[in-house]
Amino acid sequence: MEVPILKQGEFLIATFQAALSDADLENLRRGLVHQVVKFRSRGVIVDVTAMDVMDSFASRTLREIAHMIRLRGAETVIVGIQPEVAFAMVQLGLTLEGVATALDLEEGLAYLIEKFKNID
Amino acid sequence: MAKRENSAKDAGGKNNQASELVLNEAPSELLRELVAHLRQNRTQLREEWVGRISETRLLTAMTKDEIFAEATSVYDSYVEALETETFEALQAYARNLSERIIPRGVETHEVVGIVLLLRDVLARSLFAKYQADFKKLNRILDAYEPAANRIANTVAVGFVQERERVIRQQQEAIRELSTPVLQVRERLLILPIIGVIDPQRARQLTEQLLRGIRTNRAKVVVIDITGVAAMDVTVANHLVQTVEASRLLGATVIVTGLSPEIAQTLVTIGVDLGKMNTVGDLQGGIEQAERLLGYKVMAIAEPR
Repeated sequence: MEVPILKQGEFLIATFQAALSDADLENLRRGLVHQVVKFRSRGVIVDVTAMDVMDSFASRTLREIAHMIRLRGAETVIVGIQPEVAFAMVQLGLTLEGVATALDLEEGLAYLIEKFKNID
Repeated sequence: MAKRENSAKDAGGKNNQASELVLNEAPSELLRELVAHLRQNRTQLREEWVGRISETRLLTAMTKDEIFAEATSVYDSYVEALETETFEALQAYARNLSERIIPRGVETHEVVGIVLLLRDVLARSLFAKYQADFKKLNRILDAYEPAANRIANTVAVGFVQERERVIRQQQEAIRELSTPVLQVRERLLILPIIGVIDPQRARQLTEQLLRGIRTNRAKVVVIDITGVAAMDVTVANHLVQTVEASRLLGATVIVTGLSPEIAQTLVTIGVDLGKMNTVGDLQGGIEQAERLLGYKVMAIAEPR
């Protein structure tokens, strides 16, 4: 299942659907980095609102995505983690350390705009 | 003389026949006889029982009239249970009775006590009635005792179950009362925690907070634990997890009011204090939260 990646000005928005396989996550990682390079994006929002469970592979992949995108000089924000999912994640020790997070798409965009406001 | 002897023999013959009849009585027939006896002597036996209750100073929380009224109901239910050999009605009555008397402060030992007293009073009246016929008394008691034991059991268990239900209800109420999530500014939530936190309450707290963050779109949360005296390692871990989970929802947590003991616990479990934002007291915590949100509070006039 492919994850749709939309362009919003200087930012990219990738919206997860529920139940992504490991292969889907791999594809997403490659696809996102590719797009960041192609469009010279400055920020990426990964919307996981539809995810009702987050395992360690998904968590690690998200962190790797963020690190790789940072190497391109862009910032990643994970948005839409549900309360139940957040609770389950921290109990498993999956804290997405080093990756920015926000409540939803609106907050994620506000975060990125704020971040790059001072640079311009 | 001979005639009298003959009469005596005849009388003996009849007696033997009567004994044979009794031997063939089914237990349920004995129970019926017993129930009839208990019903016939209801007033007297009930009075005797109530007398024994006040003698042994049970049910001091209730008035004499109340005791009399309940005693009547209990007596009738008791006899009915003996008669029908079913205990559902009795169980329902026991729960109903417990619901009424528990708020009055009646204790478990009192309820068990009065039921055993009734058992006693009734047993003694059976002794008195059948003392002439030892064998029959034995059979009557054989019919009576299992049922009487079951009755005592049913009433006691019904009482205890009702008590436990009340306790669970109260615990739930206490838990709900003590974890309010309060919005004091746009995007700012305060969670004042007071009292004892056990793992279950900690979990409930976290769930409530995370839901509150999403509902109120909070960006900063101040968790104040001034009112928490102590925290064990499990609960301290829960607190850390709450902070981390809140971050996943895009909210920053400031913990305020850590006592020296709790600070010690956190250091002992090796909490990365770099990850945890703490401020001394609630006031300081709110001020920091306001700064994070871009608020500045200024006095514009003298207080009136």
